[in-house]
Amino acid sequence: MSSVGELTADETPLFDPMAPLTATGNLRRRMAVSRVSESGSTVCALAAVAVLLILVIGIAIRGASVLSIGFITQNQSGLTGGGIANYLLGTFVIVVFGAVIAVPIGVLTGLYMTEFAGPRSLTGRTLKLVLDLLQGVPTIVVGLFVYGLIVLAEHKETGFAASVALAIVMLPLVARASQEVLLLVPGSLREAADALGVARWRTVVGVILPNAAGGIVTGVILATARAAGETAPVLLVNSLFDPYSTQLNIFGHGVPTVPMLILNTTDLALPDAFNRAWGAAFVLLVLILFANILARVIVARSRRRMGL
Amino acid sequence: MGSPLAFAGARGGARATRQLGDRLLFGLCALAALIVVATLGYLAYQMIDSASPAISRFGLGFLTHSTWAPEFGKFGVLDLIYGTVVSSLFALVIAGPLGIAIALYLSMIASPKVRAVIGPLVEMLAAIPSIILGFWGVLVLAPFLVHLEPGLHSVLGFIPLFGAPQPIGISMFAAGIVLTIMILPIVSALCRDLFLTVPEDLKDGAAALGATRWEVIRGVVLPSTVSGISAAMVLALGRALGEAIAVSLVIGDVTAKHISIFQPSETLAGRIANQFPGANTSLFVAALFYAGLVLLVIGLITSLAARAIAGRFDVQRSYARAVAQ
Repeated sequence: MSSVGELTADETPLFDPMAPLTATGNLRRRMAVSRVSESGSTVCALAAVAVLLILVIGIAIRGASVLSIGFITQNQSGLTGGGIANYLLGTFVIVVFGAVIAVPIGVLTGLYMTEFAGPRSLTGRTLKLVLDLLQGVPTIVVGLFVYGLIVLAEHKETGFAASVALAIVMLPLVARASQEVLLLVPGSLREAADALGVARWRTVVGVILPNAAGGIVTGVILATARAAGETAPVLLVNSLFDPYSTQLNIFGHGVPTVPMLILNTTDLALPDAFNRAWGAAFVLLVLILFANILARVIVARSRRRMGL
Repeated sequence: MGSPLAFAGARGGARATRQLGDRLLFGLCALAALIVVATLGYLAYQMIDSASPAISRFGLGFLTHSTWAPEFGKFGVLDLIYGTVVSSLFALVIAGPLGIAIALYLSMIASPKVRAVIGPLVEMLAAIPSIILGFWGVLVLAPFLVHLEPGLHSVLGFIPLFGAPQPIGISMFAAGIVLTIMILPIVSALCRDLFLTVPEDLKDGAAALGATRWEVIRGVVLPSTVSGISAAMVLALGRALGEAIAVSLVIGDVTAKHISIFQPSETLAGRIANQFPGANTSLFVAALFYAGLVLLVIGLITSLAARAIAGRFDVQRSYARAVAQ
């Protein structure tokens, strides 16, 4: 019987200062759990990247087989022949016109929220709520709304209706992005302009907007890229068009768009048509990813300039 | 020149321009803000107005009946609501944990260099248009899933959801996976922004007390962000519930009472996308508007719920950024 603190010869001491520091017992288990969870989340991240690669490479391989200069410079001819030039042009016109509607309204709303209504004021909070809600509206509902608003009133489907629908999709994105970057403009710039007695509108036009321009352009690029790929609103208000010619009169009739080409092709069971749709999907994806990368480059550059 | 009067006149003129310019700017900004508010208000009004023939005909019974027979003028969306909820929950069950894990990796585990590469790649997944995802789903994913179904059925067949394998991959299963791919980048971007808001001091404090990295996550990061994570899930769910095109292509536009996810089904948004262009009676159109109204209400509720749950964290801000990608 040994009393507390006494060691018999065959017992090892409870604490050996000379022993190397290695995890034992419970700690070893805890570190193992930690390592397993870390590698688990790493695997998840890699899985997401793998999904992206599977998608992009899968589309690229199938799309590249039909890609040629003619594919993007010729109009569709016949059910499966020709290129997608008229679809690309139609998408371009509709999206640009949508941006022409959405960008001024969005940027001015952002300005209103930062320059005239404080973030804590009732109008500021209401506007933020409305933008959040508008963003939560499913795009197919936007299509239904514009159908009732324009198509029913005019008794015809037009590219203009599609532009309006895309503008509603873009609006909260542009307003949100504008407000974000306008908030980032240093208060000292505003104060300096005020101290010099510069009128508010001159401060906004000459100091605040130029400073926020990079961020606003980024937001507009991203919103436009998003709109270019939207199909649900376009399907409901601009699904009737002549697929064989270039249609640029957006007020007169329906305009062919790339998403509608892919959607219509899915219903056809013709392998050649599938090939052209893969090509169209590839071109659309390249344009959208390019816009995304461009936006990132602009953000990185303006960050570096601001020394962040 | 030089007289006090002329000076005052010039000042007065300058002040007039100044006031005019300021008023003009304010007027333009206020007008833009008003347009935004009016758009949402008129959108809601227009949806109710266009749906009113169906509302007065079916009332709330529209939500509790499952017959969808345009040729007989009978419309009910119970099966569509079932398809919508199940496909979206399917996506959330997979994308939720996966997205949180990715967010943890990006915010706590990856080195800054690795993060700068993998972060944008995951976000880029959100940039892929739903039509491309749907087209890919029909031609690549669905045929692939056909090979997967027998295995899943033999292992998990005791759960009714994993019923007998079907020869075509067009199914609730395919829709769920397409939706998973769509909301995964949203969940991960939102949660990453959320985890980055956890104060460094708290994490360092836990680590100084001997917590392993997992214990810091489990004991500090997750508990302090649980409300934000819930809000992120609600927003992602809202997005899945409202998705139309990709789902409409891979789910099959069939409403029947199938428990098995290997059977085709349909969602509210998918039904509108599939049948609106061919709707030939005014009651049919009104019924589709009514379905759209249900979607609108779901969308507004998820936005409001996310705001309410998130608390201080501005989850909508991260969402706007993730969606714009």
